[in-house]
Amino acid sequence: MVAVIRAHGLTKAYGDLVAVDGVDFGVEPGESFGVLGPNGAGKSTTMRMLGATLQRTSGDLAILGRDPAHEGPIIRAHLGVVPQQDNLDTELTVAENLYTYGRYFGLPRAHLRERVDGLLAFAQLEEKRDVKVDALSGGMKRRLTIARGLVNEPSLLLLDEPTTGLDPQARHILWDRLFRLKEDGVTLVITTHYMDEAEQLCDRLVVMDGGRIVAEGSPQGLIRAHSTREVVEVRFGSDRNLEVAAHLGGIGRRLEILPDRILVYSDSGEHDLQEIVARGFMPVTSLVRRSSLEDVFLRLTGRSLVDE
Amino acid sequence: MITGALATTAAVAIAERRARRPLSSVYAGRSHAILLRGLLALRTSNALAFMTGFVEPVLFLVAFGYGVGGLVGTVEIGGVEVPYAAYIAPALLAASAMNGAIIDTTFNVFFKMHYLGLYRTMMSTSLGPLDVALGEIGWAMIRGAAYAIGFLVVVTAFGLTTTWWALLLVPAAVLVAFAFASLGMTLTSYMTSFQQLNWLNFFLLPMFLFSGTFYPITTYPQWLQWVIEATPLWQAIALMRGLTFGVLDGGLAGHVAYFAVLATVGLYLTARRLDALFLR
Repeated sequence: MVAVIRAHGLTKAYGDLVAVDGVDFGVEPGESFGVLGPNGAGKSTTMRMLGATLQRTSGDLAILGRDPAHEGPIIRAHLGVVPQQDNLDTELTVAENLYTYGRYFGLPRAHLRERVDGLLAFAQLEEKRDVKVDALSGGMKRRLTIARGLVNEPSLLLLDEPTTGLDPQARHILWDRLFRLKEDGVTLVITTHYMDEAEQLCDRLVVMDGGRIVAEGSPQGLIRAHSTREVVEVRFGSDRNLEVAAHLGGIGRRLEILPDRILVYSDSGEHDLQEIVARGFMPVTSLVRRSSLEDVFLRLTGRSLVDE
Repeated sequence: MITGALATTAAVAIAERRARRPLSSVYAGRSHAILLRGLLALRTSNALAFMTGFVEPVLFLVAFGYGVGGLVGTVEIGGVEVPYAAYIAPALLAASAMNGAIIDTTFNVFFKMHYLGLYRTMMSTSLGPLDVALGEIGWAMIRGAAYAIGFLVVVTAFGLTTTWWALLLVPAAVLVAFAFASLGMTLTSYMTSFQQLNWLNFFLLPMFLFSGTFYPITTYPQWLQWVIEATPLWQAIALMRGLTFGVLDGGLAGHVAYFAVLATVGLYLTARRLDALFLR
């Protein structure tokens, strides 16, 4: 079976600025693949190269076995694209957005009329079909953008930060829709800087930083490889964290001192929290939680992923 | 039901068929899909703004043709004395073809390019840059030609067209509108702010006033006449006047060639620019 994506030494440079710096990865059919990283890591640049709307500077790239430098239109006919900005056509209604997009692919009218109805149902926008796009909420716009990306029945759907800027409820509705696509066998490539999103949606992911891939694996595999089972978060007040940390040697496997809290990477969180208290340090607040991709990212890059 | 994994879908089959044709990487043969989008947007959002373009040249005709024209009397053209209103009518026709095409390819195209992200969206499908260029220029051409033809109907109702040659004004207006649209879209595709578009307007107004629209350019010194004769609006006005009064000579072919070149070069440059912006 042909791999959906094969990238080898994929590079994009703008003059001296190397946005994507020789990345290697592959995506198999039906897989849900995540590209994780902070702003400026090269995620969107990578996505545009995968979407055959940006030419690489060097390296090899095959999408469904085809080279985007030579077979752009055929590759794009295979793809669904959900860009970071919705880029919906605000001069048209909801249904017209889907219909015209299908016409851009050359799909016949009768075929599209049926398909538009199906997609409106999928996006839960049937009641909004004749409404102009501006009247939609952020979550509805995102769902419409995803529905638009599905008009041509793509085998690969590229989602660039699909839930950025959405409230929690809208995110969960969107995740539910994406799960359904995954169940239908659509290959998904998702960029995100939300750890929980990557853990929810991705079978496998790469962590990007500064245009390079710094780690690759399944969410659980990455957590196992780069973090501990549990994490204790303790706060002693921002002026005391550093001072207390000096006395916590030997507790847990590793300490991470952040401006507002101390993270204790631990095999047993409860046990280590008791140990901290036993040494006479009573935290203002404490939390024992499972390790997450956030911890992996912090470990790999020394920086928090989301600075909000 | 939503999609099939790795299947050869209708969209893929269409793109694969097309790939066997020459120029398939830049042209999918579907600029009509972009015209359709223009038509739907007109119905859903832009109908009122579209209508205003029909009114403007009529206002000029009434104010200048009949108002100022009352003071001027008649003008001699090709050895015949014609009323002043009849003299400026073909010029206003040319200007309305220009205005419709230019409004659409400047402010509207800039908005679609930078605020709607429309061309990026179009080119993330299997469309090519030439589809988008041809579709958008074609849509602006329709707008410019519609205004010109609307004005032609008014002018005819006023009894200002006298020969059947005036029917040739229709294809002439289509050609002129297409050429102006090509030029407008090329310029707009290089612009990065609305301020730069205002600069364009700064050139359009004097061109409208001084290109032989309201009086013959023979009132200018020779060097200035040469400059004006190089402008597309003067070319358009000369073409329209020639057809209106049935003065058909070699000059007419020259004007047609001028617009054919402008249209082709503009279309080519626009497609190249869209490719550079959205597919490189």
